[in-house]
Amino acid sequence: MSAVAAFRVDPRAPRLLAAGLHGPLPRFLRRRELDGLMAEIEAAGLTGRGGAGFPTAVKLAAVARAGGAVVVANGTEGEPASWKDKVLLSMNPHLVVDGAVTAAALVGASEIVFAVGRANRTVRKHLERALDERSDADVDVFVESVPDRFVAGEASALVNRLNGGPSKPTIQRPSVRGVHGRPTLVQNVETLANVALIARYGAGWFRERGTPEEPGTVLVTVLGAVRSPGVVEVELGTPIHDVIQRAGGLAALPQALLVGGYFGAWVRARDALELPLTNAGLAPLGVSLGARTIVVLPQDACGLGESVRVARYLARESAGQCGPCVFGLPAMADALERLDVDRIHRLVPLVAGRGACSHPDGAARFVASAVEVFADEIERHRRGRCRSTNHEPVLPLGASGEWR
Amino acid sequence: MEMTMHLRLNPILCDGYGQCAELLPGLVELDEWGYPIVPRRALDRRLEPAARRAVKMCPRLALSLERAA
Amino acid sequence: MRSLSNPAVWYLMRGSGVVTLILFTGVVVLGIATTMRFRPGRLPRFVTLGLHRSVSLLAVLFLGIHVATALADSYAKVGLAQALVPLPSAKYGLFLGLGALSLDLLAAVLVTSVIRHRLSQRVWKGIHWLAYASWPVAFYHAVGIGTDKTSGWFVDVAVACASVVVVAVFWRLLALRRPYPKYLGAES
Repeated sequence: MSAVAAFRVDPRAPRLLAAGLHGPLPRFLRRRELDGLMAEIEAAGLTGRGGAGFPTAVKLAAVARAGGAVVVANGTEGEPASWKDKVLLSMNPHLVVDGAVTAAALVGASEIVFAVGRANRTVRKHLERALDERSDADVDVFVESVPDRFVAGEASALVNRLNGGPSKPTIQRPSVRGVHGRPTLVQNVETLANVALIARYGAGWFRERGTPEEPGTVLVTVLGAVRSPGVVEVELGTPIHDVIQRAGGLAALPQALLVGGYFGAWVRARDALELPLTNAGLAPLGVSLGARTIVVLPQDACGLGESVRVARYLARESAGQCGPCVFGLPAMADALERLDVDRIHRLVPLVAGRGACSHPDGAARFVASAVEVFADEIERHRRGRCRSTNHEPVLPLGASGEWR
Repeated sequence: MEMTMHLRLNPILCDGYGQCAELLPGLVELDEWGYPIVPRRALDRRLEPAARRAVKMCPRLALSLERAA
Repeated sequence: MRSLSNPAVWYLMRGSGVVTLILFTGVVVLGIATTMRFRPGRLPRFVTLGLHRSVSLLAVLFLGIHVATALADSYAKVGLAQALVPLPSAKYGLFLGLGALSLDLLAAVLVTSVIRHRLSQRVWKGIHWLAYASWPVAFYHAVGIGTDKTSGWFVDVAVACASVVVVAVFWRLLALRRPYPKYLGAES
């Protein structure tokens, strides 16, 4: 999928995407220093940048308590609308590796695995080149290419793959029993990059940007009807219309935005453009940051058609392990195509929360938001019309490949 | 904090046999595809023997009884 | 006319053998019915599974009687090793060995089912599938061992058992063509 050609970097916020501007990483040799760093990360209020937004310090502490841990740097990014991890790894791999090495010291791990998606070979090349340039003596480092399935980046699915199985979720928690059966820290690469920054500059510096409740900067993929689609780095709390401005501004009148990726939700453009980019700010619309993508749907596109395509894609991407997901997701896609809103309302509670991972939950949330935001489009379709004058698809899909 | 028994379903092991719904008719219902909807709330004491039977009868061993707060 | 030291034992051995075959036929059919999520009329499905388990225990009981009497009977001249280890014999050719093989396979199925919760699903399932093999082995043992080969009633029983298993297996194989999950019908 090469719809997004250029990845622009905004020079106004060069933290994560500023290659080579950061000084040497301090060495953490003594227990005291590690405890100090852990406290610093907690004070910084860093949360996961992978989608779940879990407090990083808590996660680190949980894995550190057990011994013999493994660190997995998750750069798989199975979400087709998201490019931020690929961009970060290509542009600033050293920062990510710094973060992984620091995290390994914090949790007492002697092994780091960098996981990337198989299809994008440039990312792997950049990462391997960076690793060749360094000599982090106290850790064993591996790079693994994993299948480009939507759920392949889910923590337990990733661990499953690294243990030789398919990229399918399990009910085993990685922090308890992960790679080789050892406690495993699975952390998004952007989160690790932030760990490296905090290790250098401290919590106070980290908190200079963002909001008090949600501090720091984030990478956001902006796609759709914008002039320069790509990945931008903005501080949390930036109003959405500003984020879109960083991506060159609107290329057409917006109808709706898809916020948070394919597990996120549609919002009406007029409701969302003023809101700040934070979980708290987006909560009134029932949306969270999720995979940190914003797709702008122009006025002349059919939100319903786009949603049906994505709903079918999500159904194809089910790991096929749990009945409610295997059957419920195609049923929701069918109902959406048939404009059967009642059926969708009945299906959503039957599907959400009844799988081993959050795939059915995310799909249900996505479909429910489509039904709400595109209610008038549904009416139009019932009368045999469609607002779309341009049927070019806006939302990118991935190619469903193998599971191993 | 009071510890209560909870009936837990492993959705990956579950294959929709539905024996549990037959043994716990008031508690477990089957969805339209034959898969059980197991409520997360604490199990009524009186249903515990039936729940144990359901755990033993499940052909996939997908059910378990857990003590939790 | 041979003189048999213990005709009662001899008849008990053959009788319990036939009953075991009939019971195991029932077990195989009930096992297939369980997998097919079969509901016997208005009775719930756990009855099918419950019967499958109970009948299999009963079958093991009769199998125990069958083996014990075979060992005890001086005319049959079956040693313990021959009963447990599949070996060709001078007296019975392959057929005693088939009985021993069937016994071994069933022992594996029984033991794994009892300690099910300690095993992985894949291991348990793999061994349980051996049950599909143990039935024809047992059947061939029963038919070929020669003790009742030509009796009319035995032939009827054997044909009935075989027909029932063939039909059940055929029904099971047809269901393999249905999409995941394999045998699910919409529940009413």
